[in-house]
Amino acid sequence: MSHDLPTPAPRITPENQEFWAATAQHKLLLMRCDNCGNPIWYPRTFCPDCGTFDTSWSEASGRGTVYAFTIVHRSMIDGYRQAVPYVLAYVELEEGPRIMTNIVGCEPDAVRVGMPVRVVFHDTGEDNALYRFEPAGSQ
Amino acid sequence: MSIRGKAFIAGAYEHPRREIPDRTNSQIHAEVAAGALADAGLSFSDVDAYFCDGSTGFGPMSMAEYMGLKCRHVDSTETGGSSYVFHVGHAAEAIAAGKCQVALITLAGRPRSAAMGGRPGGADPTGDMVFEGLWGMAGAVTGYALAASRHMYEFGTTSEQLAEVKVAASLHAQHNPNAFLQKPTTVEEVLDSPMISWPLRRDDCCVVTDGGGALVVVSPEVARDLERTTVKILGHGEHVKHADNGRIDLTYTGAVVSGPIAFEEAGVTQADIDYVSIYDSFTITVVETLEDLGFCEKGAGGRFVLDGTLVAPHGRLPFNTDGGGLCNNHPSNRGGMTKVIEAVRQLRGETHPEVQVPDCEIALAHGTGGSIGTRMGSSTVILGREDA
Repeated sequence: MSHDLPTPAPRITPENQEFWAATAQHKLLLMRCDNCGNPIWYPRTFCPDCGTFDTSWSEASGRGTVYAFTIVHRSMIDGYRQAVPYVLAYVELEEGPRIMTNIVGCEPDAVRVGMPVRVVFHDTGEDNALYRFEPAGSQ
Repeated sequence: MSIRGKAFIAGAYEHPRREIPDRTNSQIHAEVAAGALADAGLSFSDVDAYFCDGSTGFGPMSMAEYMGLKCRHVDSTETGGSSYVFHVGHAAEAIAAGKCQVALITLAGRPRSAAMGGRPGGADPTGDMVFEGLWGMAGAVTGYALAASRHMYEFGTTSEQLAEVKVAASLHAQHNPNAFLQKPTTVEEVLDSPMISWPLRRDDCCVVTDGGGALVVVSPEVARDLERTTVKILGHGEHVKHADNGRIDLTYTGAVVSGPIAFEEAGVTQADIDYVSIYDSFTITVVETLEDLGFCEKGAGGRFVLDGTLVAPHGRLPFNTDGGGLCNNHPSNRGGMTKVIEAVRQLRGETHPEVQVPDCEIALAHGTGGSIGTRMGSSTVILGREDA
C-alpha cells in the first residue's frame, strides 16, 4: 500500500545538512564518534558520551526493530490531521540508536513492538527525503 | 546561611568568533562549555548542574541532552541579558546548599548570522526539534502513548490498570466544587472513551484548563511571626532525563534520580509518606512515577494502583485529592503548581473532609515537565507539617 502521510521538509542547519543531503540518495547516515566509536543520535558534531568534537559520517544498514509505537487517532498537525490513524514510533536501529519515525506499509493495527522493519524514503520535493520504516517482510 | 565563600568560579571561556554562519546554537553551547571546562581542568562528566536561558530549543532539557549532561540541578531563569548573572548567584546557592558541585553555565546565539538567513530573532532549531518534528508527534499525548506502549510490552501493564488512576482522581474531584470534571467515573467509562493515541484514550488525558497558582516561600524567621499555619520544606531533588544519545528508555522517568535525592535530604522513606501529589498529565505518568519514586517495584505500577490504593482518605497511598490534572485542573498545561498546592492543603488539614488524609504529617509532590516520551524535567519535593 502507498503511504499517504505528508512529507514536510526538514529544517536544514549547518550541523545536519550533510545528513539530509544524503537522504536525497536514499541513504540513512549515522554520525559516529571518532574517539569512543559510539553512534550519535540525533546527528550532532559533538559526542555526548565522551565530550569530544571528532565525529564522522557512516551509512546505517537501514534495518531495525520497533521499540515503541502509538497509533495516532487525533492530530492537529496539518497533513497528518488528514492521515489518521497513523503510526508514530521509535525504531531501534541495528547499530543501536532508537530514532523517532513513522511505520508505514502496513495497517496500523498490524504493528507490534519488536517487529523487524527496514527503512524507506519519502521524497519531500526539496532535495531530501524522510526516513520511514516498513515491515521487513513486505514488498 | 549565605553564599559567601561557599562557591568559586573555576573556568571561563568566551567564544573567539563574532560571526558564525557555519554552526548551530547547540554547537556553540557545546564549544563554550568545552572551553570553560578545559579552562577549569574539568570535563563534561564532572558536571552535575546546568544553567542556560530558554532561547535554545526546550532550554536546559534540549541542551543537557545535546551535551550528554547528567544533572541533579538545573536552572533556566530567563531574565534576558542578565540571565547568566542570575545563574551565577543561583549556582552558588545550589552549591552552598549541597545540591551540586560543578555547575556549568552557557550562552549561545547567532543574531548576526541567523538573521541573515532570514530567521526572526536569529534562533535556529535544535536537533531534537528537527528530528522529532517531522513524524506527526501531535501534542503531548503521543509521546506519553509511546511510553505506555513500551511499559505495556515490558511489564504487561493494561489499559484497565491505567484507568484505575483516572477513577481514583474522579472520586476525589467529586468533592472539589472548582474541579473541571466533577462526576465520578468507572473503569468501563474510561475504556469506552475515544481513542486519542493508542493506547491512551481521552480519559487517560488530563483536562485543558485556564488558570494559575502561586506559592510563597519564607525564612524560618518570617514563618515564626506568621499566624497562618506553614508547611515545612524537608527535601528536594531534581533531574533532567533525556534521550541519552539514542538510548532512550521509555519505561522510567527522571524521578529515579530526583526521588532518592529528595528522600535522602528529607531523612524519610516511602513508608513515612502520608499523601502524594503525582504529576498526572496522563494516567501512564502516574504509574511510571510511582514506580520510580519507590512506592512499588519497577513494572509493578499497574498492579499497585488496583484496589483503591490511590483513593483518599483510606487507600494505602492517597494521591491528588483535588482531582489532579486528570479531573480538576491543569492550568496553562503545566500541572506542577497545583501538585504543590494540594500537598500544602493536605498538610494544613484544609482539604475536603471526605478526602482529608487523617493526621497527614508528611507529603510528597512530584512534577514532570516536557515529555516522558522524549526529554523531561523532573522535580520531587517532600513537605512536612509545620512541626515535622
